[in-house]
Amino acid sequence: MTLPRTTAEATVRSSAEAPELVEPGRGGGLVGVLRRRYLLRLLVRKELRVRYQGSVLGMAWSYIKPAVQFGVYFFVVGLFLGLRDRIEDFPVYLFSGMVLIHFFIENFNSATRSIVQNRSLIRKVYLPREMFPVASLLVSCVHFLPQLVILLLGALAAGWTPSPVGLGASVLGFFIVATLGMAVGLLFAAFNVFYRDFEKIVDVLGIVITWSAPMIYPWTAVRDVFGDGWLLQTYLANPLVTAVSLFQHAFWLPGTSGGFEFPPHLFVRGLISLGAILLLVGVAQFLFSRLNSRFAQEM
Amino acid sequence: MAPSIVVDSVSKRFTLRRVRRLQERLVRAVRGEDLSNTVQALHGVSLRVERGESVALMGLNGSGKSTLLKLISGVMPPDTGSVRVGGRVAGLIDVGAGLHPDLTGRQNIYLNAAILGMTEAEIRRKFDEIVAFAGIRRFLDTEVKFYSSGMFMRLGFSVAVHTEPDVFLIDEILAVGDPPFRRSCHARIQELRKQGHTLVIVAHDTNMLRQLCDRGIVLHEGEVVYDGGINEAAAYVADNVDRNGVSNRVR
Repeated sequence: MTLPRTTAEATVRSSAEAPELVEPGRGGGLVGVLRRRYLLRLLVRKELRVRYQGSVLGMAWSYIKPAVQFGVYFFVVGLFLGLRDRIEDFPVYLFSGMVLIHFFIENFNSATRSIVQNRSLIRKVYLPREMFPVASLLVSCVHFLPQLVILLLGALAAGWTPSPVGLGASVLGFFIVATLGMAVGLLFAAFNVFYRDFEKIVDVLGIVITWSAPMIYPWTAVRDVFGDGWLLQTYLANPLVTAVSLFQHAFWLPGTSGGFEFPPHLFVRGLISLGAILLLVGVAQFLFSRLNSRFAQEM
Repeated sequence: MAPSIVVDSVSKRFTLRRVRRLQERLVRAVRGEDLSNTVQALHGVSLRVERGESVALMGLNGSGKSTLLKLISGVMPPDTGSVRVGGRVAGLIDVGAGLHPDLTGRQNIYLNAAILGMTEAEIRRKFDEIVAFAGIRRFLDTEVKFYSSGMFMRLGFSVAVHTEPDVFLIDEILAVGDPPFRRSCHARIQELRKQGHTLVIVAHDTNMLRQLCDRGIVLHEGEVVYDGGINEAAAYVADNVDRNGVSNRVR
């Protein structure tokens, strides 16, 4: 039954116009990834299926870590150190920063390892290699969504109401973190091929990132110590500080009695950060594609 | 005839960096030892394969056959020279490279076929054929890690062989599998050949290559030393390369 069709295909093939000769292994990049969305979808699904394979709790593990972290911060920082008395609705304040930071760190970690982890494939078959860090980012997004739902429920309980400003702030905050994750993910994934030190560096950076964003403490605590000078400006230049503040603005602020002071020009800061990060994505893509040609032989 | 693969004076050198740790690097640097070691895998290789040709790449291990296949598949670029290919390239460079042990046979078919460049519609259309050829219908929803090695290879081969690329690269895999499976592989490859696909096959079994290929290209230490009819190439390998290879090794 299939035979006649294959024969027909064969005649078509031999008489068809010759395909143009091109260099193999070109046409990659983030654009190439978009062109192969179906494969991307399958890779994301694979990653979600495989990551917790063989563990009893499965996907639940991706919530246990943030839940435990939340518990520890809440008790130690909130209760013992008394931040709960200084910040209204401290659990919501804490969690709105935590979901973003956790999203960033998870993506940073898995994107950095993504190329090396898929080396058996990369050495054998040509694919746009950006596929792997992009898939990591999407997997992290999938893990992020339910946490966002939990955040919303918590915020609702604390008296949160939706508003256009809040929506804008959350979207801007999310895109800052996602694009920054894309940029550093591409860079570190490529560097990690040559020096595996980079996956260790990411582990260490995770600690710094957790404490450098104002998710556990208010940013004003930094101002109290640094004053208004260049030190504070350097601290505030971190896009993650802006993103976390934006999320607090969106999910925590509406439920409070107000009066909390956010970093000045928060939204302008956010837009400038996003612009700068998009440039960084371009730079990362450029470097990635330069190093890309040596991936197969270095692993 | 239109060319399908054009390789123009291609060279490829690999740098083996053995020493990577900082303390080792410092010690070596102080002693003035060389940190890198290079291997010339291909040296000035030029060849042209017409559409629909079936070509055997022959030569000893380390002669550059697999490197050449990787350059043709686009996995790595040449250092100098150029490689150009017409249409979709896919290869059986390593059956199972795209198979994930924790996924089921069904999931692997979709994933692996997409990796090899098939669209969703194509995969759906060929799904049953792929399953039938691999002979894994009973185990379709079993994770691939529980497959026997034969089933694993059949699945990988079946997916690759159904991608119907314009240029099909086959590296060494025909040496594996039991006789019935090898026979069905042969039949399938003959079929692809008849349909006018371009085939490039790397193998050491000259009898098999004689059946599957029209032309033989012999590589030795990264250079093309013979390019002609498959029977002549096989004879050349038997007379020169195999013997020299052995004597080289003895020396």
